[in-house]
Amino acid sequence: MIPATFDYTRPASVDDAVRALSDAGEDAKLLAGGQSLMPLLRLRLAFPDALIDLGRVDALREIRDEGDTLLVGAMATHHQVIRDPLVRAHLPLLARAAETVADPAVRHRGTFGGSLVHADPAGDLPAVALALDAVFLVRSVRGEREIRASEFFVDWMTSAMEPDELLVGVRMPKLGSGWGVHYEKFHRTAQAWAIVGVACAVRRDGDVVEDARVALTNMGPVPVRAGGVENAVRGRPVSEGTFRSAAEHATEGTEPPSDLHGSAEYRSHLATVLTARALTACTA
Amino acid sequence: MPRVRVEVDGATYEDDVEPRLLLVHYLRERLGKVGTPVGCDTSNCGACTVLLDGMSVKSCSVLTVQADGCDVTTIEGLGSPGGQSPPATGRSVPAGSHPLQRAFHEEHALQCGYCTPGMIMASLDLLRENPDPSEEEVRAGLEGNLCRCTGYQNIVRAVRRAAREMRELAERVVTP
Repeated sequence: MIPATFDYTRPASVDDAVRALSDAGEDAKLLAGGQSLMPLLRLRLAFPDALIDLGRVDALREIRDEGDTLLVGAMATHHQVIRDPLVRAHLPLLARAAETVADPAVRHRGTFGGSLVHADPAGDLPAVALALDAVFLVRSVRGEREIRASEFFVDWMTSAMEPDELLVGVRMPKLGSGWGVHYEKFHRTAQAWAIVGVACAVRRDGDVVEDARVALTNMGPVPVRAGGVENAVRGRPVSEGTFRSAAEHATEGTEPPSDLHGSAEYRSHLATVLTARALTACTA
Repeated sequence: MPRVRVEVDGATYEDDVEPRLLLVHYLRERLGKVGTPVGCDTSNCGACTVLLDGMSVKSCSVLTVQADGCDVTTIEGLGSPGGQSPPATGRSVPAGSHPLQRAFHEEHALQCGYCTPGMIMASLDLLRENPDPSEEEVRAGLEGNLCRCTGYQNIVRAVRRAAREMRELAERVVTP
Protein backbone atom coordinates (compact mmCIF):
# COMPACT_ATOMS: atom_id res chain seq x y z
CA MET A 1 0.00 0.00 0.00
CA ILE A 2 0.99 3.63 -0.34
CA PRO A 3 1.58 5.57 2.89
CA ALA A 4 -0.83 8.34 3.87
CA THR A 5 0.39 11.87 3.21
CA PHE A 6 2.70 13.58 5.67
CA ASP A 7 4.86 16.67 5.89
CA TYR A 8 8.52 15.90 5.44
CA THR A 9 11.54 17.68 6.90
CA ARG A 10 15.18 16.72 6.73
CA PRO A 11 17.18 18.56 9.38
CA ALA A 12 20.98 18.62 9.17
CA SER A 13 21.77 18.87 12.88
CA VAL A 14 20.55 17.51 16.21
CA ASP A 15 19.45 21.00 17.27
CA ASP A 16 17.36 21.43 14.13
CA ALA A 17 15.91 17.95 14.56
CA VAL A 18 14.68 18.48 18.13
CA ARG A 19 13.29 21.88 17.18
CA ALA A 20 11.42 20.35 14.24
CA LEU A 21 10.12 17.60 16.51
CA SER A 22 8.92 20.10 19.08
CA ASP A 23 7.27 22.32 16.44
CA ALA A 24 5.52 19.39 14.77
CA GLY A 25 3.66 18.32 17.91
CA GLU A 26 2.63 14.89 19.10
CA ASP A 27 1.67 13.44 15.72
CA ALA A 28 5.20 13.64 14.34
CA LYS A 29 7.54 10.69 13.94
CA LEU A 30 11.30 10.60 13.62
CA LEU A 31 12.49 8.57 10.64
CA ALA A 32 15.77 6.74 11.31
CA GLY A 33 16.54 3.74 9.08
CA GLY A 34 12.86 3.19 8.42
CA GLN A 35 12.99 -0.58 8.53
CA SER A 36 10.22 -0.78 11.12
CA LEU A 37 8.49 2.52 10.42
CA MET A 38 8.16 2.19 6.63
CA PRO A 39 6.18 -1.07 6.79
CA LEU A 40 3.93 0.53 9.43
CA LEU A 41 3.37 3.54 7.17
CA ARG A 42 2.69 1.35 4.16
CA LEU A 43 0.18 -0.78 6.04
CA ARG A 44 -1.27 2.48 7.43
CA LEU A 45 -0.88 1.17 10.93
CA ALA A 46 0.91 4.48 11.49
CA PHE A 47 -0.11 7.75 9.84
CA PRO A 48 1.87 10.59 11.38
CA ASP A 49 1.22 14.19 10.28
CA ALA A 50 4.93 14.80 9.91
CA LEU A 51 8.08 12.79 9.34
CA ILE A 52 11.41 14.19 10.44
CA ASP A 53 14.12 12.36 8.52
CA LEU A 54 17.34 12.00 10.53
CA GLY A 55 19.22 10.55 7.55
CA ARG A 56 21.39 13.63 7.07
CA VAL A 57 22.29 14.26 10.71
CA ASP A 58 25.77 12.82 10.36
CA ALA A 59 26.70 13.49 13.99
CA LEU A 60 24.21 10.82 15.06
CA ARG A 61 26.13 8.08 13.22
CA GLU A 62 29.33 8.45 15.19
CA ILE A 63 30.73 5.65 17.38
CA ARG A 64 33.08 7.22 19.91
CA ASP A 65 35.61 5.93 22.42
CA GLU A 66 35.07 7.73 25.73
CA GLY A 67 37.70 5.89 27.76
CA ASP A 68 35.80 3.44 29.97
CA THR A 69 32.69 3.64 27.79
CA LEU A 70 31.69 3.62 24.14
CA LEU A 71 29.08 6.02 22.81
CA VAL A 72 27.20 4.52 19.88
CA GLY A 73 25.27 7.13 17.90
CA ALA A 74 21.57 6.43 17.53
CA MET A 75 21.80 6.46 13.72
CA ALA A 76 24.69 3.98 13.47
CA THR A 77 23.37 1.25 11.20
CA HIS A 78 23.51 -2.42 12.18
CA HIS A 79 25.91 -2.90 9.27
CA GLN A 80 28.15 -0.19 10.71
CA VAL A 81 27.96 -1.53 14.28
CA ILE A 82 28.85 -5.08 13.19
CA ARG A 83 32.03 -3.89 11.45
CA ASP A 84 33.09 -1.13 13.82
CA PRO A 85 36.51 -1.94 15.33
CA LEU A 86 35.65 -0.23 18.65
CA VAL A 87 32.42 -2.20 19.02
CA ARG A 88 34.15 -5.44 18.07
CA ALA A 89 36.94 -4.83 20.56
CA HIS A 90 34.95 -3.55 23.53
CA LEU A 91 31.31 -4.59 23.06
CA PRO A 92 31.52 -7.82 21.06
CA LEU A 93 28.11 -8.91 22.36
CA LEU A 94 26.53 -5.98 20.53
CA ALA A 95 28.30 -6.90 17.28
CA ARG A 96 27.29 -10.55 17.64
CA ALA A 97 23.63 -9.75 18.24
CA ALA A 98 23.46 -7.12 15.50
CA GLU A 99 24.65 -9.76 13.02
CA THR A 100 21.44 -11.69 13.69
CA VAL A 101 19.06 -8.78 13.05
CA ALA A 102 16.81 -9.43 10.02
CA ASP A 103 18.82 -9.68 6.79
CA PRO A 104 21.68 -7.81 5.06
CA ALA A 105 19.48 -5.28 3.22
CA VAL A 106 17.66 -4.39 6.43
CA ARG A 107 20.96 -4.14 8.33
CA HIS A 108 22.24 -1.65 5.76
CA ARG A 109 19.40 0.76 6.61
CA GLY A 110 18.21 -0.18 10.10
CA THR A 111 19.80 1.65 13.02
CA PHE A 112 20.83 0.75 16.54
CA GLY A 113 18.88 3.65 18.04
CA GLY A 114 15.83 3.03 15.91
CA SER A 115 15.51 -0.56 17.02
CA LEU A 116 15.88 0.44 20.69
CA VAL A 117 13.32 3.24 20.55
CA HIS A 118 10.93 0.97 18.62
CA ALA A 119 11.08 -1.21 21.77
CA ASP A 120 9.71 -4.30 20.08
CA PRO A 121 9.91 -7.09 22.67
CA ALA A 122 11.00 -9.44 19.87
CA GLY A 123 13.79 -7.06 18.81
CA ASP A 124 17.28 -8.37 19.57
CA LEU A 125 19.07 -5.23 20.69
CA PRO A 126 16.98 -4.10 23.68
CA ALA A 127 18.10 -7.20 25.62
CA VAL A 128 21.70 -6.49 24.63
CA ALA A 129 21.44 -2.90 25.86
CA LEU A 130 19.99 -4.18 29.12
CA ALA A 131 22.74 -6.79 29.57
CA LEU A 132 25.42 -4.17 28.87
CA ASP A 133 24.00 -1.65 31.41
CA ALA A 134 23.48 0.90 28.65
CA VAL A 135 22.58 4.52 29.35
CA PHE A 136 20.36 6.28 26.80
CA LEU A 137 21.13 9.92 26.02
CA VAL A 138 18.02 11.77 24.93
CA ARG A 139 17.52 15.37 23.94
CA SER A 140 14.63 17.75 23.39
CA VAL A 141 14.22 21.52 23.22
CA ARG A 142 13.76 21.28 27.00
CA GLY A 143 17.26 19.91 27.47
CA GLU A 144 19.14 16.65 27.83
CA ARG A 145 18.67 13.70 30.12
CA GLU A 146 19.96 10.18 30.62
CA ILE A 147 17.81 7.09 31.01
CA ARG A 148 19.20 3.78 32.25
CA ALA A 149 18.37 0.69 30.20
CA SER A 150 16.57 -0.83 33.18
CA GLU A 151 14.15 2.12 33.09
CA PHE A 152 14.04 2.73 29.35
CA PHE A 153 11.71 -0.09 28.26
CA VAL A 154 8.42 0.51 30.04
CA ASP A 155 5.91 -1.61 28.12
CA TRP A 156 5.15 -3.33 24.81
CA MET A 157 6.69 -1.09 22.13
CA THR A 158 6.86 1.77 24.60
CA SER A 159 9.96 3.51 25.87
CA ALA A 160 10.40 6.07 28.61
CA MET A 161 11.02 8.80 26.04
CA GLU A 162 8.60 11.69 25.71
CA PRO A 163 7.09 12.50 22.30
CA ASP A 164 9.36 15.53 21.86
CA GLU A 165 12.55 13.66 22.73
CA LEU A 166 15.21 12.36 20.37
CA LEU A 167 17.63 9.55 21.19
CA VAL A 168 21.09 10.93 20.51
CA GLY A 169 23.16 7.90 21.42
CA VAL A 170 23.72 5.05 23.81
CA ARG A 171 26.61 4.88 26.27
CA MET A 172 27.83 1.45 27.30
CA PRO A 173 30.68 0.50 29.64
CA LYS A 174 33.42 -1.45 27.86
CA LEU A 175 33.36 -5.08 28.86
CA GLY A 176 37.09 -5.32 29.57
CA SER A 177 39.17 -8.46 29.30
CA GLY A 178 38.25 -12.05 30.05
CA TRP A 179 34.66 -11.93 28.84
CA GLY A 180 33.13 -14.44 26.47
CA VAL A 181 29.94 -13.34 24.74
CA HIS A 182 27.09 -14.94 22.85
CA TYR A 183 23.64 -14.10 21.52
CA GLU A 184 21.50 -17.23 21.28
CA LYS A 185 18.48 -16.63 19.08
CA PHE A 186 15.78 -19.12 18.30
CA HIS A 187 13.63 -18.53 15.25
CA ARG A 188 12.00 -20.90 12.84
CA THR A 189 12.81 -19.20 9.54
CA ALA A 190 15.66 -17.02 8.28
CA GLN A 191 15.23 -13.28 8.96
CA ALA A 192 12.32 -13.93 11.37
CA TRP A 193 12.09 -12.30 14.77
CA ALA A 194 13.34 -14.18 17.81
CA ILE A 195 10.77 -16.44 19.43
CA VAL A 196 13.16 -16.21 22.38
CA GLY A 197 16.67 -14.77 22.49
CA VAL A 198 19.39 -14.75 25.15
CA ALA A 199 22.04 -12.05 25.33
CA CYS A 200 24.87 -13.39 27.43
CA ALA A 201 28.36 -12.42 28.60
CA VAL A 202 30.47 -14.46 31.01
CA ARG A 203 33.80 -13.55 32.55
CA ARG A 204 35.82 -16.48 33.74
CA ASP A 205 38.82 -16.62 36.01
CA GLY A 206 40.42 -19.96 35.24
CA ASP A 207 37.79 -22.60 35.87
CA VAL A 208 35.51 -20.33 37.87
CA VAL A 209 32.78 -17.96 36.65
CA GLU A 210 33.73 -14.54 37.94
CA ASP A 211 30.80 -12.54 36.56
CA ALA A 212 27.91 -12.90 34.14
CA ARG A 213 25.33 -10.77 32.36
CA VAL A 214 22.19 -12.37 31.00
CA ALA A 215 19.13 -10.71 29.42
CA LEU A 216 16.20 -12.22 27.55
CA THR A 217 14.43 -11.21 24.34
CA ASN A 218 10.69 -11.75 23.89
CA MET A 219 10.02 -13.22 27.34
CA GLY A 220 7.62 -10.39 28.22
CA PRO A 221 6.48 -6.97 27.02
CA VAL A 222 9.98 -5.64 27.78
CA PRO A 223 13.41 -7.27 27.79
CA VAL A 224 14.18 -9.08 31.05
CA ARG A 225 17.48 -9.08 32.96
CA ALA A 226 17.95 -12.62 34.26
CA GLY A 227 19.46 -11.67 37.62
CA GLY A 228 18.65 -15.09 39.07
CA VAL A 229 20.81 -16.77 36.45
CA GLU A 230 23.63 -14.28 36.98
CA ASN A 231 23.67 -14.89 40.73
CA ALA A 232 23.52 -18.64 40.26
CA VAL A 233 26.68 -18.80 38.14
CA ARG A 234 28.88 -16.27 39.96
CA GLY A 235 31.70 -17.98 41.79
CA ARG A 236 30.71 -21.41 40.51
CA PRO A 237 32.90 -23.76 38.48
CA VAL A 238 32.66 -23.54 34.70
CA SER A 239 30.73 -26.72 33.96
CA GLU A 240 27.67 -27.98 32.19
CA GLY A 241 26.10 -28.75 35.55
CA THR A 242 26.54 -25.15 36.74
CA PHE A 243 24.99 -23.74 33.58
CA ARG A 244 22.10 -26.17 33.49
CA SER A 245 21.05 -25.55 37.05
CA ALA A 246 21.58 -21.79 36.74
CA ALA A 247 19.45 -21.72 33.59
CA GLU A 248 16.51 -23.00 35.64
CA HIS A 249 16.30 -19.43 37.00
CA ALA A 250 15.85 -17.97 33.50
CA THR A 251 12.07 -17.73 33.72
CA GLU A 252 12.05 -15.75 36.98
CA GLY A 253 10.28 -12.44 36.54
CA THR A 254 9.23 -13.16 32.96
CA GLU A 255 5.78 -12.83 31.41
CA PRO A 256 6.19 -14.68 28.11
CA PRO A 257 3.49 -14.07 25.51
CA SER A 258 1.49 -16.80 23.80
CA ASP A 259 1.13 -16.22 20.08
CA LEU A 260 1.21 -18.11 16.81
CA HIS A 261 4.97 -18.65 17.20
CA GLY A 262 4.66 -20.46 20.51
CA SER A 263 2.83 -20.73 23.81
CA ALA A 264 4.06 -19.14 27.02
CA GLU A 265 4.99 -22.62 28.31
CA TYR A 266 7.02 -23.33 25.19
CA ARG A 267 8.81 -20.00 25.51
CA SER A 268 9.64 -20.71 29.14
CA HIS A 269 11.11 -24.05 28.13
CA LEU A 270 13.09 -22.35 25.36
CA ALA A 271 14.41 -19.68 27.72
CA THR A 272 15.85 -22.36 29.99
CA VAL A 273 17.43 -24.38 27.19
CA LEU A 274 18.78 -21.35 25.32
CA THR A 275 20.22 -19.78 28.48
CA ALA A 276 22.20 -22.95 29.21
CA ARG A 277 23.43 -22.98 25.61
CA ALA A 278 24.38 -19.31 25.73
CA LEU A 279 26.31 -19.69 29.00
CA THR A 280 28.15 -22.68 27.54
CA ALA A 281 28.96 -20.83 24.32
CA CYS A 282 30.39 -17.90 26.31
CA THR A 283 32.89 -20.17 28.03
CA ALA A 284 33.74 -22.46 25.11
CA MET B 1 6.90 19.05 -3.30
CA PRO B 2 10.53 18.21 -2.58
CA ARG B 3 12.87 17.99 -5.54
CA VAL B 4 15.24 15.02 -5.72
CA ARG B 5 18.28 14.33 -7.82
CA VAL B 6 19.22 10.68 -8.19
CA GLU B 7 21.60 8.77 -10.35
CA VAL B 8 19.92 5.58 -11.56
CA ASP B 9 21.82 3.01 -13.62
CA GLY B 10 24.27 5.66 -14.80
CA ALA B 11 21.76 8.38 -15.77
CA THR B 12 20.87 11.42 -13.67
CA TYR B 13 17.24 12.27 -12.98
CA GLU B 14 15.71 15.31 -11.28
CA ASP B 15 12.11 15.15 -10.23
CA ASP B 16 9.57 16.70 -7.90
CA VAL B 17 8.18 13.91 -5.76
CA GLU B 18 5.62 13.51 -3.02
CA PRO B 19 7.42 12.70 0.25
CA ARG B 20 5.41 9.49 0.56
CA LEU B 21 6.53 8.14 -2.83
CA LEU B 22 8.40 4.87 -2.26
CA LEU B 23 11.64 4.38 -4.14
CA VAL B 24 10.31 1.25 -5.85
CA HIS B 25 7.30 3.18 -7.18
CA TYR B 26 9.53 6.00 -8.36
CA LEU B 27 11.74 3.55 -10.25
CA ARG B 28 8.85 1.74 -11.86
CA GLU B 29 6.26 4.42 -12.45
CA ARG B 30 8.34 7.55 -13.07
CA LEU B 31 11.44 6.10 -14.64
CA GLY B 32 9.85 3.05 -16.26
CA LYS B 33 12.39 0.73 -14.67
CA VAL B 34 9.95 -2.13 -14.28
CA GLY B 35 12.78 -4.65 -13.94
CA THR B 36 12.42 -4.08 -10.19
CA PRO B 37 9.16 -5.72 -9.08
CA VAL B 38 7.01 -5.03 -6.02
CA GLY B 39 6.75 -8.28 -4.12
CA CYS B 40 5.28 -8.61 -0.66
CA ASP B 41 4.97 -4.91 0.19
CA THR B 42 5.92 -5.75 3.78
CA SER B 43 9.77 -5.77 3.54
CA ASN B 44 9.90 -9.54 3.74
CA CYS B 45 10.52 -10.93 0.29
CA GLY B 46 13.40 -8.86 -1.10
CA ALA B 47 12.06 -8.92 -4.69
CA CYS B 48 12.47 -5.12 -4.89
CA THR B 49 16.13 -5.14 -3.78
CA VAL B 50 18.34 -2.52 -5.45
CA LEU B 51 21.72 -1.08 -4.57
CA LEU B 52 21.67 2.33 -2.90
CA ASP B 53 25.15 3.85 -2.91
CA GLY B 54 26.45 0.34 -3.52
CA MET B 55 24.60 -1.42 -0.69
CA SER B 56 21.53 -3.60 -1.02
CA VAL B 57 18.24 -2.14 0.21
CA LYS B 58 14.61 -3.14 -0.14
CA SER B 59 13.30 -0.31 -2.28
CA CYS B 60 9.79 -0.70 -0.83
CA SER B 61 11.22 0.43 2.54
CA VAL B 62 12.96 3.56 1.29
CA LEU B 63 11.30 6.86 0.44
CA THR B 64 12.42 8.48 -2.78
CA VAL B 65 13.32 11.61 -0.81
CA GLN B 66 15.71 9.50 1.27
CA ALA B 67 17.54 8.55 -1.93
CA ASP B 68 18.07 12.21 -2.87
CA GLY B 69 21.69 12.69 -3.94
CA CYS B 70 22.32 8.95 -4.02
CA ASP B 71 23.34 6.44 -6.62
CA VAL B 72 20.86 3.67 -7.39
CA THR B 73 21.62 0.49 -9.34
CA THR B 74 18.76 -1.71 -10.46
CA ILE B 75 18.80 -5.01 -12.29
CA GLU B 76 18.51 -2.95 -15.49
CA GLY B 77 21.89 -1.40 -14.80
CA LEU B 78 23.80 -4.68 -14.78
CA GLY B 79 25.97 -6.00 -17.56
CA SER B 80 26.73 -4.07 -20.72
CA PRO B 81 23.91 -4.66 -23.19
CA GLY B 82 25.30 -5.29 -26.64
CA GLY B 83 28.74 -5.71 -25.12
CA GLN B 84 30.92 -8.75 -25.25
CA SER B 85 30.72 -11.68 -22.92
CA PRO B 86 31.89 -15.26 -23.17
CA PRO B 87 29.42 -17.24 -25.29
CA ALA B 88 26.94 -18.95 -23.02
CA THR B 89 25.86 -22.52 -23.53
CA GLY B 90 22.26 -21.44 -23.14
CA ARG B 91 20.63 -19.98 -26.19
CA SER B 92 18.71 -17.00 -24.88
CA VAL B 93 21.17 -15.07 -22.73
CA PRO B 94 21.75 -11.67 -24.32
CA ALA B 95 25.34 -10.75 -25.10
CA GLY B 96 26.86 -8.52 -22.45
CA SER B 97 24.84 -10.03 -19.62
CA HIS B 98 26.33 -9.83 -16.15
CA PRO B 99 27.96 -13.07 -14.91
CA LEU B 100 25.18 -13.35 -12.31
CA GLN B 101 22.50 -13.05 -14.96
CA ARG B 102 24.22 -15.71 -17.06
CA ALA B 103 24.76 -18.04 -14.11
CA PHE B 104 21.10 -17.79 -13.02
CA HIS B 105 20.13 -18.79 -16.55
CA GLU B 106 22.63 -21.60 -16.90
CA GLU B 107 21.95 -23.12 -13.49
CA HIS B 108 18.19 -22.84 -13.92
CA ALA B 109 18.03 -20.67 -10.78
CA LEU B 110 14.54 -19.41 -11.52
CA GLN B 111 11.16 -20.71 -12.43
CA CYS B 112 8.60 -17.91 -12.33
CA GLY B 113 11.38 -15.32 -12.14
CA TYR B 114 9.59 -12.89 -9.85
CA CYS B 115 12.27 -12.99 -7.15
CA THR B 116 15.17 -13.02 -9.62
CA PRO B 117 15.95 -9.27 -9.87
CA GLY B 118 16.12 -9.06 -6.08
CA MET B 119 18.09 -12.29 -5.81
CA ILE B 120 20.66 -11.02 -8.29
CA MET B 121 20.99 -7.60 -6.65
CA ALA B 122 21.36 -9.18 -3.20
CA SER B 123 23.93 -11.60 -4.64
CA LEU B 124 25.87 -8.73 -6.12
CA ASP B 125 26.01 -7.10 -2.70
CA LEU B 126 27.09 -10.39 -1.13
CA LEU B 127 29.89 -10.91 -3.66
CA ARG B 128 31.14 -7.37 -3.15
CA GLU B 129 31.82 -8.23 0.50
CA ASN B 130 32.76 -11.86 -0.04
CA PRO B 131 34.00 -12.81 -3.52
CA ASP B 132 34.24 -16.51 -2.66
CA PRO B 133 31.29 -17.44 -0.44
CA SER B 134 30.67 -20.97 0.77
CA GLU B 135 27.25 -22.50 0.27
CA GLU B 136 26.35 -21.53 3.85
CA GLU B 137 27.51 -17.96 3.30
CA VAL B 138 25.41 -17.65 0.15
CA ARG B 139 22.37 -18.85 2.06
CA ALA B 140 23.04 -16.37 4.87
CA GLY B 141 23.68 -13.56 2.40
CA LEU B 142 20.36 -14.20 0.66
CA GLU B 143 18.30 -14.72 3.81
CA GLY B 144 16.29 -11.59 3.05
CA ASN B 145 15.16 -12.85 -0.35
CA LEU B 146 12.36 -15.36 -0.73
CA CYS B 147 11.84 -17.71 -3.65
CA ARG B 148 8.67 -19.79 -3.69
CA CYS B 149 9.61 -21.95 -6.70
CA THR B 150 13.13 -23.26 -6.72
CA GLY B 151 13.92 -24.48 -3.22
CA TYR B 152 17.05 -22.29 -3.44
CA GLN B 153 19.41 -25.12 -4.49
CA ASN B 154 20.00 -23.79 -7.98
CA ILE B 155 20.14 -20.21 -6.78
CA VAL B 156 23.00 -21.07 -4.43
CA ARG B 157 24.73 -22.96 -7.25
CA ALA B 158 24.30 -20.01 -9.62
CA VAL B 159 25.74 -17.50 -7.15
CA ARG B 160 28.82 -19.65 -6.58
CA ARG B 161 29.25 -20.15 -10.31
CA ALA B 162 29.00 -16.42 -10.94
CA ALA B 163 31.44 -15.79 -8.08
CA ARG B 164 33.95 -18.10 -9.72
CA GLU B 165 33.56 -16.37 -13.06
CA MET B 166 33.80 -12.90 -11.52
CA ARG B 167 37.01 -13.85 -9.70
CA GLU B 168 38.49 -15.17 -12.92
CA LEU B 169 37.50 -11.99 -14.76
CA ALA B 170 39.06 -9.88 -12.01
CA GLU B 171 42.29 -11.86 -12.20
CA ARG B 172 42.38 -11.44 -15.96
CA VAL B 173 42.09 -7.68 -15.53
CA VAL B 174 44.92 -7.58 -13.01
CA THR B 175 47.24 -9.86 -15.00
CA PRO B 176 46.41 -9.44 -18.68
